[in-house]
Amino acid sequence: MAKERIVVDPVTRIEGHLRIEAVLGEDGRIREALSSGTMWRGLEIILQGRDPRDAWAFCERICGVCTTVHALASVRAVENALGIVVPPNGEIIRNIMELTQYVQDHVIHFYHLHALDWVDVVSALKADPKATAELAQKVSPKWPYSSPGYFSDVLATLKRFVESGQLGIFQNAYWGHPAYKLPPEANLMAVAHYLEALRWQKEIIKIHTVFGGKNPHPNYLVGGMACAIDLESDNAINVERLNLVKAKIEEAFAIVEHLYLPDLLAVASFYPEWAGIGAGLGNYLAYGDLPLTHPSDPASFRFPRGVILNRNLNEVLPVDLEDPDQIREEVAHSWYQYPAGKQALHPYEGETQPHYTGPRPPYEYLDESKAYSWLKSPRWKGHAVEVGPLARVLVGYASGKEEFKEVVHEALGKLGVPPGALFSTLGRTAARGLETKLAVHWLMEEYNRLVANLKAGDRAVANTERWDPSTWPQSCKGFGFTEAPRGALAHWVHIQDGKIARYQIVVPSTWNASPRDSKGQHGAYEAALLGTPVADPKQPVEILRTIHSFDPCLACASHLLGPEGELLSEVVVR
Amino acid sequence: MGEKGKWPTTYEVLSSHGVSRRDFLRFCTVTAAALGLPASQVARVVEALETKPRLPVIWLHGLECTCCSESFIRSSHPIAADIVLNMISLDYDDTLQAAAGHQVEEIRERIMREYPGRYVLAVEGNAPTKDGGIYCTVAGKTFLEILQETAKGAMAVIAWGSCASNGCVQAAKPNPTGAKPVHELIKDKPVINVPGCPPIAEVMTGVLTYILTFDRLPELDRFGRPKMFYGQRIHDKCYRRAFFDAGQFVESWDDEGARKGWCLYKMGCRGPMTYNSCSTFKWNNGVSFPIGSGHGCIGCSEANFWDNGPFYERLTAVPLPGVEATADEIGKTVAVAAGVGVAAHFASFAVKRIAQIRKERAQAASKEE
Repeated sequence: MAKERIVVDPVTRIEGHLRIEAVLGEDGRIREALSSGTMWRGLEIILQGRDPRDAWAFCERICGVCTTVHALASVRAVENALGIVVPPNGEIIRNIMELTQYVQDHVIHFYHLHALDWVDVVSALKADPKATAELAQKVSPKWPYSSPGYFSDVLATLKRFVESGQLGIFQNAYWGHPAYKLPPEANLMAVAHYLEALRWQKEIIKIHTVFGGKNPHPNYLVGGMACAIDLESDNAINVERLNLVKAKIEEAFAIVEHLYLPDLLAVASFYPEWAGIGAGLGNYLAYGDLPLTHPSDPASFRFPRGVILNRNLNEVLPVDLEDPDQIREEVAHSWYQYPAGKQALHPYEGETQPHYTGPRPPYEYLDESKAYSWLKSPRWKGHAVEVGPLARVLVGYASGKEEFKEVVHEALGKLGVPPGALFSTLGRTAARGLETKLAVHWLMEEYNRLVANLKAGDRAVANTERWDPSTWPQSCKGFGFTEAPRGALAHWVHIQDGKIARYQIVVPSTWNASPRDSKGQHGAYEAALLGTPVADPKQPVEILRTIHSFDPCLACASHLLGPEGELLSEVVVR
Repeated sequence: MGEKGKWPTTYEVLSSHGVSRRDFLRFCTVTAAALGLPASQVARVVEALETKPRLPVIWLHGLECTCCSESFIRSSHPIAADIVLNMISLDYDDTLQAAAGHQVEEIRERIMREYPGRYVLAVEGNAPTKDGGIYCTVAGKTFLEILQETAKGAMAVIAWGSCASNGCVQAAKPNPTGAKPVHELIKDKPVINVPGCPPIAEVMTGVLTYILTFDRLPELDRFGRPKMFYGQRIHDKCYRRAFFDAGQFVESWDDEGARKGWCLYKMGCRGPMTYNSCSTFKWNNGVSFPIGSGHGCIGCSEANFWDNGPFYERLTAVPLPGVEATADEIGKTVAVAAGVGVAAHFASFAVKRIAQIRKERAQAASKEE
């Protein structure tokens, strides 16, 4: 077993701690794969007994990369439980926050977390700056920084950096691996844009700072937002603040249209074979999001809700987050225990009793026939599904939404590949770019909606009718959802006597990185790795390509326990 | 990786990148200013950057959410690319580095072996200690073991953020994983605590540039925090302080007071008990800070801030303008403050403040309690 088993741990350029093990077949392709989340923090346990109005702050700390998304799901869950309707400006500002997060997070993912799987930094040293400039001007005629002088400077920087002998974050990677296909000029262009994107990402998130006071971890509020609006005051959201937001949206436009998308298509064009690798499950789930009215009105969502099974784009199935037969979590291969007789639980009654049965560290391998992950296995009507940009784009496309059809057809046309190419590692990476294009356009639309509301005299951002716990029912429950950059995210809360009695979170990376379920069905990461060719088992860049195409976010791998608090009492360490 | 003597200095790296002498000097001046140094100290910055090679840094991630790394890359002066490419040699960092798996662990082992006592260990997150530390493993080893092993040869440890410096969210009650901050696990090395959830970007890069520039660790307070960034409470320099002193408070979210920028104390603001630079430097290159955007401070740089009562419950111990405080109330103040680990600062503040209030009482408007 051990001889042909590849272990990648830590998987780097992700959030959190992920371990991948893969077994190669004689044909050099992966015939078995295992995905293990190796961190558990227990946030749902910590939330019990707390004030539900505080929950967003705890939940937001689930992830600082996709910051804000858990705060949004949390305030929505509490508002849903308490029957609070957020004023229109509050909803629009939340949409602006979320779209800002999409644009920032996706661009960072592409350049800083994913690109080095496709771009060979060392090869860039051989590039001719003049030829690079010509390439760059062809790829993106409107991007201003593409002169030979500019690329000469970048090349000089890179050369001196490499010659210094201190390669820092670039050392020991798979440079020179035959799987890298870009010519030196394209590599140099990509390295230059890695640096440009790093400079820019700190700018767009200033939108979060305006409305939420800081980033990472901006502030949210049950009932709306705390950023009061007063056009006649210099101590509230006023025209100066709005101008700042608008300027940052305009910069983001340029980055997405003239840097990210052209680079994405240029890089993808060198890797057409990856349009046939890494498809995985072929089942896709999106909760939908970005309401034009209110989160209880899915018909108004910019991202539609639905499920696609078996790559069937002719049918979008409905999703109900409260139906106990739809979303359920299993722990067959997870380091948790369920009460006797329970195999799968809906989040309203979900529990997590940690029960470590894996090997005692330090260990070499995990065993897929046993429990092997701190993640549970969420399933929709028993199906393993994939969530994330590809799921959203496919659900939008299959729902017949024109905006989605337009961006998909345009990209496929440019790459010269059929629609089936979307079911792949490359498709997943491309879908992220396509929805970023939608997101940056929607961002400006939401900004304009906010200005129109203000012009009409509406300046309310929060509904405080139910702020005081004395106005709450003795017992109530609710759910909140969002489409995080990485996919469908939802929180379920039960409030009892003004306190959180139970809190359950099912996150995108739990869907995607989940271990096998009781039927032996793989999670999305595992399924996507099956059949992938690996040229050199000692340098498995192919595994990183597919895993990174999901944009893993593992800190979210924390789960709930029973309401009696029977936690951690039976941990067994072998 | 070259040997020590072969490493170019920061200035050599910068100049070979085409940075002119003039620009380099300007950079040093800006760096000195960012560190709060007088102009007479610029020469020391220049000298340090001219004579030293880049410092190897190993950046480990334990139980955390990566908000500290995200904050770090938001730094505007200096920008993250300058730090990573020109100022330090960031040799190990799961979040940003290109290599993965055993190639990464090789780097960590090599730095520990070849540069004993000459690298900085930066830690984001903390270590679970319960049940043998099984709640966080990397490469099949517990994070606890990796942390202890890597700290051995470090010249100093930087505990980035509240997770590393005081435990933060996973250590909140009932702390199901037994998560412990770095200073409770590493006792034989200097540990610099840089709290905040996350810390302000320029505070993070400021701590690094201070070490690089002056070849020493910054002066720390008794909680291990650099005094230059954590010496004052947010309340001390909050632009809404004038409204606090005048007794003008936001009474309900989105009310007229909120629109006029009145004080958020009654909405639960923790500014009066939180030591950080938010009201000085602000966030994301000075755009705003939580109070500036209408929400109270939740006290994210104070130890155990998650367990200091609900965020929207007003602090009971803060003397209000025009309020006569009794000895009993001073006692209560100390009790609350002890719970958050700032007893001495807080008590002395409370005593001074009460004396001041008594003096000003005649002209202060009596509004509350």
